[in-house]
Amino acid sequence: MAYTERVIEHYERPRNVGSFGSEEAHVGTGVVGAPECGDVMKLQLKINPQTEVIEDAKFKTFGCGSAIASSSYVTELVKGKTVAEAGEIKNTQIVEELALPPVKIHCSVLAEDAIKAAVADWRGQGTTKKDAA
Amino acid sequence: MERDPIYMDNQATTPVDPRVIEAMVPFLGEIYGNAASRNHAFGWAAEEAVDRGRSQIADLVGARPKEIIFTSGATESDNLAIKGVAEFYADRGNHIITAVTEHKAVLDTCQALERANIAEVTYLPVDQYGRVDVDDVKKAIRDETILISLMYANNEIGTLHPIREIGKLTKERGILFHCDATQGVGKIPVNVDEDSIDLMSMSAHKMYGPKGCGALYVRSRGPRVRLRAQMHGGGHERGMRSGTLNVAGIVGFGKACELCGQELEAEAGRLIALRQKLYNGLTENLEDVYLNGHPTERIPGNLNLSFSYVEGESFLMGLNREIALSSGSACTSATLEPSYVLKALGVGEELAHTSIRFGLGRFNTEEDVDYVVKRVSEVVIRLREMSPLYEMAKAGIDLKSVQWKT
Ligand SMILES: Cc1ncc(COP(=O)(O)O)c(C=O)c1O
Ligand code: FES
Repeated sequence: MAYTERVIEHYERPRNVGSFGSEEAHVGTGVVGAPECGDVMKLQLKINPQTEVIEDAKFKTFGCGSAIASSSYVTELVKGKTVAEAGEIKNTQIVEELALPPVKIHCSVLAEDAIKAAVADWRGQGTTKKDAA
Repeated sequence: MERDPIYMDNQATTPVDPRVIEAMVPFLGEIYGNAASRNHAFGWAAEEAVDRGRSQIADLVGARPKEIIFTSGATESDNLAIKGVAEFYADRGNHIITAVTEHKAVLDTCQALERANIAEVTYLPVDQYGRVDVDDVKKAIRDETILISLMYANNEIGTLHPIREIGKLTKERGILFHCDATQGVGKIPVNVDEDSIDLMSMSAHKMYGPKGCGALYVRSRGPRVRLRAQMHGGGHERGMRSGTLNVAGIVGFGKACELCGQELEAEAGRLIALRQKLYNGLTENLEDVYLNGHPTERIPGNLNLSFSYVEGESFLMGLNREIALSSGSACTSATLEPSYVLKALGVGEELAHTSIRFGLGRFNTEEDVDYVVKRVSEVVIRLREMSPLYEMAKAGIDLKSVQWKT
């Protein structure tokens, strides 16, 4: 399969690869997919608890070039957005930006799911912390 | 820095040897007769060339020239052998035995016969290396069994079946033995008499010949094998396969066989050394690399490895402008299913997604291997740094115990 230029570009120069240290607070982590399916994405969002703005994002992805490009693009997309705005991101936006072919649409769905999972994780932490306090 | 890309996908197809091209060229131009034209010199010239090609092919596999039936490739040969036998011997029985790791040309043909209620088929499992157990074959035989179809060497993992033992068994039991030897002929010694093979599929483009040209070996005595033709028409090829012969293709196929025969032993030794060098280089540079297929019972030019934590398509994407390889990962296939061959070996799906086939061939050099080792190591290290699975494994998390959200 021939790759689009945008996919190649993200694959060769992925943005925001990595993980936040376990000591960092206000980080929501979403891990979606499964090794048996050939794709696992980990997305981490560092969120300002007052403004709910996503200040930083990092990813690691096991998956095809389109999956890597989708997650790389998503880290760019969410930075500076509020949690609510990030929740509105649809996979179609990723498909359009990267010009993904039909067989690769599920890779973009995974990236959308990763945002939701990371946000849910962050919200979960908030409540547990409050409950504990 | 820019260098010519390295072709290391020789189980998919091989480049045409320049000596083969040279032999073919006159038959694409000035010598254009129809080999079936019996009444003029144009036809005779073509027929003579076809006869020579037929002998060269027969010589390589220990057959008699008239036992070689030309086809368009191994897919057609597999179809002709299996359907042709099932239909011709229908009154003798309707049971066929094959294995789950066969090429789709065999498996889909068997399934078509099942759907048409022409045959019942047993698909034998294979061991962790991809070999059938001769005892399993024995146990699967019924009174109605007419045909056993097993490949010489597997196209993905290179594993060799115990062909000679199976041939002995089928001969004893009076069952016909079809062997898809597409990946074996020209690479390792194949002899239809010593291996007791009754029908054998071959393809020119896997052995440095042209595409679109293949053959089916059909035993003429001890026993004389009969077939129901699948292509009807002018009655060419002793009525088994009608259609004007592809003279240039056959000339090329013949030349390719001659060269493979002359160079087989030296070339096999050279490829095994290259394969060992490739394996050693990669496993020295990288941890968690696993061999798929049999350590020794495999064709010389095949190395199939799983690089844990790195998905195959992204791996190939990192190299595809420099090195041609292939992967059993689902993400590289249109169906998004990982390799059914690796699955059959019991390789976990997660490792199937990380598998890469290195197909070494006649035109690969030591320098190619050095370059591949270097670039593959770089790409795997880079992608592992990007892999959440690698990170988890390094942190001591057992990936099998994780509850994945899909
Ligand atoms: C084992 C095996 N059988 C059959 C085939 C089909 O051969 P062909 O391309 O000549 O139809 C191939 C090649 O893909 C093969 O490797
Ligand atoms: S991760 Fe498998 S197709 Fe994208």
